Amino acid sequence: MEKSKVKVVLGVIGADCHAVGNKILNYALLAAGFEVINLGVLVPQEEFINAAIETGAKAILVASLYGHGEIDCRGLKDRCREVGLGDVLLYVGGNLVVGKTDFTQVRNKFLAMGYDRVYEPGILPDQVVVDLKNDLGIEG
Amino acid sequence: MNNILLIDFGSTYTKITAVDVEKEVVLGTARGITTVESDIMIGLQQALDKLFEENGKIEFAKVLGCSSAAGGLRMVAIGLVPELTVEAAKRAALGAGAKLIGVYGNELSEYEVEEIAALKPEIILLAGGTDGGNKEVILHNGKMLTTLGQDIPIIVAGNKSATPQLVRMLSAVMTEVVHAQNVMPRLNELNIEPAREAIRGLFLRRIVEAKGLNKANEFVDRMVMPTPAAVLKAAELLGKGWKNETGVGDLMVIDIGGATTDVYSIGKGHPVQRNVAVKGLPEPFAKRTVEGDLGMRYSAAALFKAAGTAKIAECGDVSEDNAETYMKTVEETIEYLPQDDMEKRIEIAMAKTCTSLGVERHAGQLETVFTLEGQVFVQKGKDLTAVKIVVGTGGVIVNHQCPTKILVGTLYDESTPQILKPQSPEFWIDEKYIMSSMGLLGEEYPDVAVRMMKKYIVRRES
Repeated sequence: MEKSKVKVVLGVIGADCHAVGNKILNYALLAAGFEVINLGVLVPQEEFINAAIETGAKAILVASLYGHGEIDCRGLKDRCREVGLGDVLLYVGGNLVVGKTDFTQVRNKFLAMGYDRVYEPGILPDQVVVDLKNDLGIEG
Repeated sequence: MNNILLIDFGSTYTKITAVDVEKEVVLGTARGITTVESDIMIGLQQALDKLFEENGKIEFAKVLGCSSAAGGLRMVAIGLVPELTVEAAKRAALGAGAKLIGVYGNELSEYEVEEIAALKPEIILLAGGTDGGNKEVILHNGKMLTTLGQDIPIIVAGNKSATPQLVRMLSAVMTEVVHAQNVMPRLNELNIEPAREAIRGLFLRRIVEAKGLNKANEFVDRMVMPTPAAVLKAAELLGKGWKNETGVGDLMVIDIGGATTDVYSIGKGHPVQRNVAVKGLPEPFAKRTVEGDLGMRYSAAALFKAAGTAKIAECGDVSEDNAETYMKTVEETIEYLPQDDMEKRIEIAMAKTCTSLGVERHAGQLETVFTLEGQVFVQKGKDLTAVKIVVGTGGVIVNHQCPTKILVGTLYDESTPQILKPQSPEFWIDEKYIMSSMGLLGEEYPDVAVRMMKKYIVRRES
């Protein structure tokens, strides 16, 4: 029997229409052996949550590229805890804030919001795959 | 021998339609009172006597029946997330022609199980989790259902990985446990056809008997499906056509009753405008919704509450007091018919309101989102703005002198531009009231059913 693949939820949060990075990540995750539940663009928080509940996903990967990341991403972890998804990994990346802010500050802010990993602009999808496998204890 | 008799055992009337499938004509129609409490054959015989009286004795090669008698097919649907598997389970049940008396999501509590037991559904549809997804909740819910203390047929149509365990568990206490493919195998992927088939199978095997409809079996060759499923089937045939017989294209059907308003739409409902992103569950091509609080008699009070007395009064051009009084009269005396001009106006206002609210809830909605790239639109549900035909069926519309006055309730309203109702449809009326019969006929003679509907369902200007 084929071993069932680990599921991850992917999407671009808020009123954000940037679709290219989303497609690239989708491709990279699929190639790495994950089952990707890609919600596409313009995704509200509750849609990430509902998708993770119903599919039993192990991680939620949130992208934000239009600078409103901080507002859109706030409270997602609390919602996850509320609906019993406290153990689901939360990753976030993209262009999280507008302008040249020191990324350490940004990272700390999002870590404090409950995200497990925070990625700066320009990161390669391979890094996300490696981190996911590490965090989920997947071999190879 | 080309004559077929089609019977619709309704909640009040048993309606029969005699059809010659060779000549493709309706030989006659008649109705009797539905007598399901005593012997369903009495009312049917009544209708047959009338039919033969008017048309002479007719021999039938085949008799097919559908039923919404004895409260219709009363179902409970259970899923996990309200917007996802709960909604999918709901659509499967509605598409199968059921009357939903309870809808539940997440882990069932003991109170909810008591509630379900009190509702006494005839079938329970248990869904939850995508394939390979959440298993815990549906297993919990299955376990809870074993404590119902009643023998209710159950259809398991959730996460496939949990199905065998659920069937074993439930079969220990229930006589009839059936399983079907998941109503949502992958996220946002709707797969309701197998569950619909399972519901229909159970309806035929178990419910027909339990409702005393089987007494008609000696006469009826096949009790095919619940009536709303027959109407949905007819609507789909009329819209899509069959093989070489072309259909009429995207359409809607409105059926207002004493207790409920049924709305059907046939068509993909994809966005008509540009720059629209579609969100939410994909929509079934043939979709049925039913509104339990919109009706002309049993639900009159609920209708006034849903729409607001003021709105109905304004629409009928009467005072609120008059409208209120009329509503109380018809709710107490179900058979009451409007006597004077004012009452007729209120009656039309009520029917138009049933239509407009029913379609409003059925149609998709457009939400405007402002992004850095400018305005974009998000569509949820079906875009019905381009629908060209709205068909009126059911006693309230069919027997009305000016049915289009009721059907204008389907129209797009500029004051609520976000609701994607039809913009400039033609109004067609099912004058001979044969749609459910045509759905039945469509089981065996789909092309004939399409041609007959195109002939007998006619466009009306008033």
